[in-house]
Amino acid sequence: MQPILEVKDLTHVYSAGTPFEHIAIEQINLSFRPGELVGIIGHTGSGKSTLIQHLNGLLKPSSGQVLFKGEDIWKDKKFTHFIRGKVGLVFQYPEYQLFEESCFKDIAFGPKNQGISGDELNARVRRAAGFVGLGEELLQKSPFDLSGGQKRRVAIAGVIAMEPDVLILDEPTAGLDAAGRDGILENIRAYQKAQNAAVIMVSHSMEEVAELCDRLIVMNRGSVAMDGSPAQVFTRAQELTRMGLSVPQVTTVFRLLRERGLALPADVYTVRYALARLLEGKEGRPC
Amino acid sequence: MLKDITLGQFFPGKTPVHRLDPRTKLLLLIVYIVALFLARSYLSYGLVLLFLVGATLLGRIPFKSMTKGLKPMLIFILFTALLNLFYTKGGTLLLDWWIFEIWSEGVKTAFFMVLRIMMLVSGTFLLTYTTSPIALTDGLERLLSPLKKLRVPVHELAMMMSIALRFIPTLIEETDKIISAQKARGADFETGSLMRRAKALIPILVPLFVSAFRRADELATAMECRCYHGGEGRTRLKVLRFATIDLIAFLVGALLLAGVIVLRHFGL
Repeated sequence: MQPILEVKDLTHVYSAGTPFEHIAIEQINLSFRPGELVGIIGHTGSGKSTLIQHLNGLLKPSSGQVLFKGEDIWKDKKFTHFIRGKVGLVFQYPEYQLFEESCFKDIAFGPKNQGISGDELNARVRRAAGFVGLGEELLQKSPFDLSGGQKRRVAIAGVIAMEPDVLILDEPTAGLDAAGRDGILENIRAYQKAQNAAVIMVSHSMEEVAELCDRLIVMNRGSVAMDGSPAQVFTRAQELTRMGLSVPQVTTVFRLLRERGLALPADVYTVRYALARLLEGKEGRPC
Repeated sequence: MLKDITLGQFFPGKTPVHRLDPRTKLLLLIVYIVALFLARSYLSYGLVLLFLVGATLLGRIPFKSMTKGLKPMLIFILFTALLNLFYTKGGTLLLDWWIFEIWSEGVKTAFFMVLRIMMLVSGTFLLTYTTSPIALTDGLERLLSPLKKLRVPVHELAMMMSIALRFIPTLIEETDKIISAQKARGADFETGSLMRRAKALIPILVPLFVSAFRRADELATAMECRCYHGGEGRTRLKVLRFATIDLIAFLVGALLLAGVIVLRHFGL
């Protein structure tokens, strides 16, 4: 399958030529395929945010390329604008960018900028609202009257309404309670399934990425340190710790139990899987 | 892009100029401005300039940053220069072409005016370059504290000023983020008619105002939680004290003012 988004030798230098010069990311090579759910993890300042802002052309590479279906997203101005709709980027705390008088209008802002109007616009907004579970009665409300979790859904719907082929989210669950978090993750997965979109999610929660993603990219000091399945990444626990990261809590619990002599599997990364394995053990022989 | 704005940026340092009491620096700035406005001749301008250059060198402020601060004033300076150049008559006629006349007096006035504005701005920049905003508002509060007797809310004003200064970088960062977020939704700020571009600002301004109010609200709550209730009975961690260095600075300032006044007395 042809990759939908490719990053080639991407380097970005902030404030080049001044005393504040700072290399944020260096020589990054990545590719993303449709239908993939990718998690990006990394310590603060590892270059995650800089990387994702290159993927939809908000930042221009200092050197290197970003290719959408094989075409350089910076080949001309029109194409870059077009890419913003194809590669949707949801920023951290996206609820702080709501501005319209009703949720409907706010969600419609993105597709409108892509030149969509009339019935198609209406349909898009309603579809996007459906993905994030916003009811009809909320669409007519002012976004400023909603709760934090609802606002976040409206903001995410605002990007989903452009129906991007690649959806990027920067810590979509930051600051939400458990229920809100699960809801949003469910919405993201629903969109990914329905559109066969590539979803890239930056997260600080190892549990979250272990649960949701089929591929993990670990960033460290501006480069890609690891790239593989959650199982491949989380077996390298020591390296992760050195980068200021960790493994899911349940993995640590299982490791500590193993060190005390219990016969437990080492490849446990999610609570759900842990529970399944434990129950399986119980049925077979007493633990 | 927005981060490039330098608005009274502070360059931390440990030079004698940095170590002066902010009150001293504020008062010296006033002395300097008075001297600048009293100056009339090359000699007295030279004296004031000497003071400015001396203070800049002593404060280890690169001259490049000083001239960079002047850049936004360029149009204003040019405008003043041209006005003075063409509208001042006297001395000998240097040029007479069509409706334009340039007199030697005009050249002199224009030159002095430009010099005065540039020195005025540079002097103020020197103060903000070498004094942290907190120290500055602290000094201002103490200097204005006699006005409390007249029921002027000096402490509140100073507090408002320091909060405003504190939040400038925060709001700039916030604006940057909002602009990126709306751009990610396909917003276009660069093309279209003036009307369209003005309208394109709404998606930035509304969230920015909302967030400014939210921050103000949170800050007020946080201050109340820490029992802030105005200036009454509030003590300070860093109490401002005049030191020998301030005395020296005052003497230099007095000499500058005296010098300019004496020169003026002799018609220079």
